Amino acid sequence: MTPLAGFLIVAALVFAIGLAIALTRRNAILVLVGIELMLNAANLNLIAFWRFSLHAANSLTGMMFAIFSIAVAAAEAAVGLGLVIAYHRHTKTTDLDAMTRMKG
Amino acid sequence: MIHGIGIVFLITSAITVAGALAAALLKNLIHCVLCLSITLAGLALLYLQLDAQFAGFAQILVYIGAVAILVVFAILLTRGAGIAEYRNVSSSWLVSLVIAAAIFALLAWAVIKSFPTTVAGASPGTTVQSIGSALMSTYVLPLEIVAVLLTVALIGAVIVAMPESGAAGKSIEKGGAQ
Repeated sequence: MTPLAGFLIVAALVFAIGLAIALTRRNAILVLVGIELMLNAANLNLIAFWRFSLHAANSLTGMMFAIFSIAVAAAEAAVGLGLVIAYHRHTKTTDLDAMTRMKG
Repeated sequence: MIHGIGIVFLITSAITVAGALAAALLKNLIHCVLCLSITLAGLALLYLQLDAQFAGFAQILVYIGAVAILVVFAILLTRGAGIAEYRNVSSSWLVSLVIAAAIFALLAWAVIKSFPTTVAGASPGTTVQSIGSALMSTYVLPLEIVAVLLTVALIGAVIVAMPESGAAGKSIEKGGAQ
């Protein structure tokens, strides 16, 4: 197994675990945590492909992708947690099985 | 230079995957988020091994410093509400696990089938100065768009999470009283 394949396998594992968290847990905040893990796995893929490309020395494209992706993920986390807290204020629950209506 | 799969890579990837697994399996939500921050630190170490120093330290600053703390605050603000202790996973957990395992199998199969002989070139020697000048020249438009996106998203998050005042808040309180 080549080094690039090692990094990609780790990224695939983290992605699969994040997907499992997002699909199986009942707490809305933990679903957001799973989404963060999936985004991080994608970032690891971007940086690994950038490092093992032939133009890594004179091109920053892959790392810029990862940096912008980190910024967008931070914005996503803030909005998602704000939504969860707003929902919790109305219905006193963060249980996804109990979240059956969005109307205040 | 990255010559092969070394012991450092094995240790850091084991820490990363173990943290993610613990975040998936633990029952206490705070413990889950602490394990998530271990995973994020492991990913930052992997970035450092890939000669992406700036991305690694940005990962530590943004994720461990901000996102993990934000998630802990959100858990503490919504604590003790509606999470049944006896059943932590959703009713369709078996199907979800099968889907996740299938996706991992597909990804791993694709990775192992391809890239038979890829070796890394010389270290890129990326400095913060070159990243900064690239952000200010080639990537200035995406940088501005991300700046506007962050501003709008954070203001929007505050507005969404803010308690309603006036008529809307009163009607909701009435509905809750009924």
